Amino acid sequence: MPNTGKSTLFNRLTGHHAQIGNWPGLTVELLQADLTIHERALHLIDLPGIYDLRGHSEDEAVVRRFLEGSAVDLVLVVLNASQLDRQLRLALQVQQLGLPAVVVLNMADEATRFGVSINAEALSSSLERPVLPLSAKYRQGIEALQNAILAELDRNAAQPAEAVTQLEEQLAAVDAGLDGAMAALVARSVHLPDTWRDRRTRQLDALLLHPLLGLPLFFLAMALMFQAIYAIGVPLQEGLASLLDQFSQAVLTPLLAPLPAWISGFLLEGLYQGLGTVMAFLPVIGLFFLAMGVVEDSGYLSRAAYLMDAFMERLGLDGRSFVLSLMGFGCNVPAILGTRVMRDRGLRLLSMLIIPFSLCSARLNVFLFMAAVFFPARLGGLVIFGLYLMSFLAALLTALLFRGRFPSNEPLVLELPPYRLPTAGQMFSRAWSEVKHFWLWSRRFIILGVVAVWLLNNLPAGVEPASSASLAGRLGTLMQPLLEPIGINPKLTVALLFGFIAKEIVLGGLAVIYGQADPTVLGQAMAADVRWPQALSFMVFTLLYTPCLSTVAVIRSESKRLGFTLLSVGWSLLLAWLVSFAVYQGITRLA
Amino acid sequence: MRATPRLVDLPPGATATVQELAADPGLRQRLEALGLRPGQNVQVLRRGWWAGPLHVRVGMTELMLRRRDAARVSLAA
Ligand SMILES: Nc1nc2c(ncn2[C@@H]2O[C@H](COP(=O)(O)OP(=O)(O)O)[C@@H](O)[C@H]2O)c(=O)[nH]1
Repeated sequence: MPNTGKSTLFNRLTGHHAQIGNWPGLTVELLQADLTIHERALHLIDLPGIYDLRGHSEDEAVVRRFLEGSAVDLVLVVLNASQLDRQLRLALQVQQLGLPAVVVLNMADEATRFGVSINAEALSSSLERPVLPLSAKYRQGIEALQNAILAELDRNAAQPAEAVTQLEEQLAAVDAGLDGAMAALVARSVHLPDTWRDRRTRQLDALLLHPLLGLPLFFLAMALMFQAIYAIGVPLQEGLASLLDQFSQAVLTPLLAPLPAWISGFLLEGLYQGLGTVMAFLPVIGLFFLAMGVVEDSGYLSRAAYLMDAFMERLGLDGRSFVLSLMGFGCNVPAILGTRVMRDRGLRLLSMLIIPFSLCSARLNVFLFMAAVFFPARLGGLVIFGLYLMSFLAALLTALLFRGRFPSNEPLVLELPPYRLPTAGQMFSRAWSEVKHFWLWSRRFIILGVVAVWLLNNLPAGVEPASSASLAGRLGTLMQPLLEPIGINPKLTVALLFGFIAKEIVLGGLAVIYGQADPTVLGQAMAADVRWPQALSFMVFTLLYTPCLSTVAVIRSESKRLGFTLLSVGWSLLLAWLVSFAVYQGITRLA
Repeated sequence: MRATPRLVDLPPGATATVQELAADPGLRQRLEALGLRPGQNVQVLRRGWWAGPLHVRVGMTELMLRRRDAARVSLAA
């Protein structure tokens, strides 16, 4: 069953050593891991969470094909203990197929809290399989489960494992009686409370889902969250960046000194600085995933989907698109990956089209720097706020323009789980694995991008780096007819080219272009070269055009369509140009 | 007047019994999977403003669903 804590249990049993593997005959990738229980080697495979073995969803088909194609020794059926009134169906179907199984009633802690009492022995004797209440999150009952798994394997050792045959026929034969059987089983062995499930959840919902207060409260919470991430993350990032810088000056520079200048320049200014920029960014990303994990695990995110759905529906989207765009404010990449929950292709593509307009933290970095350089403190905050507003408006406009091209009619039925207190350990290990993933994954692109930028700046050989004679400089001059009308001079053009790879490199790029590494001096050099309407136009363009190569790459891999990827990139460039044009020309005409 | 009341018309706080799901197979399965099936009692906890979704409770499960989808659920009179 989905959302029963299956992943949590999987991690508890295997200790995070899972790999993603392709399974023969299935198009999806399944998580699998080796584990040992009392010195016995086992192999555990995580199948998609499903409600009904007869279901029509892709996940349900995957599980059917898996059971028909592989001989398994034992099935673990993971159910939510407090929702057995609807979840026992799956256990009954597994029984019907005669599969050896252990039935896990997870979230037993919640069942107790809500006043659900379960007679596990009665269930076990009806299902003819061991039934174990446990709590994966709080590590209760894991030992007992391990023992039960071994005992069941031993008990069935005499019969060789077999793949299921005629699965659909077998299930169809009993389907008519299944509802009755389930109701009878629940009546016999589960006692449900007559009163409301959970007082705490009810009280919180009365406040957080309040028709008037709900949305303001939610946005307030989000604003505070971003504020906190930024307040903690930025000093960390700066500290890390200066540490890396010191390391390069004290250790790497002398170490590489014997090498020819262009090699050491390439290694230091190209590779090391590029990797350093991303690495310095990891704390912010980690904090973001941590905060997002807490919000998600607490159950608040599904409430946000409820609150925003009416508005999003009018844009051809739904509450989930909103939640994903919100995640995009940290980083667009995981947000785009998150559209996997959507079945309807139109809805999914439209969501992927709007997410890149979310002002991610990498862009915020650039804006904070430029706002401080070009505007007095009082106005700077307003500029940043205006950019956030523009980010919303761009997403809104995009949805309105394209909803006709990507129509969808996916119904939206979501479970609103009870509020849960996330545990620190779980949150940290999750944020850690997200950060690791991000690092491994973005490294490829960033290395390539940085290398390209460095080459552009330093070729042809012997040229003054980033001068107008370099390839980058020539490219900047070449683009003038297009970019001059929006106030972007050749130097800024090169910075925008850097930004196409990743916004994290924009500041570093500007530093190379203006030949100033110290932020204050760089600011002065820029202010001497560029007027504020140009700076504003640059910021608007940076906000709206393609966020980074990584985002383009996930859009490509998730949409599986080159045309759509080009549309996304092309539209964002066009919109960026048009809005920058309006802003720049408007200001210069008026002033 | 409609012959049978529908879930979408149920006021907040009211409880009724599901009679039939007149939905396409995808939606029907989703509803049934989450426990909203004929014979079950369903209670509307709140209705979103501006024609927003319904927040309902079925058994031990709480759901949100759009009014359009809730209109497909007919209730026993
Ligand atoms: N109260 C409680 N929550 C749990 C338990 N196991 C998992 N959860 C929470 O349930 C949510 C869904 O868990 P996850 O493992 O992602 O579920 P999956 O979708 O079935 O893989 C998460 O917020 C978990 O922290 C448990 O035993 N008790």
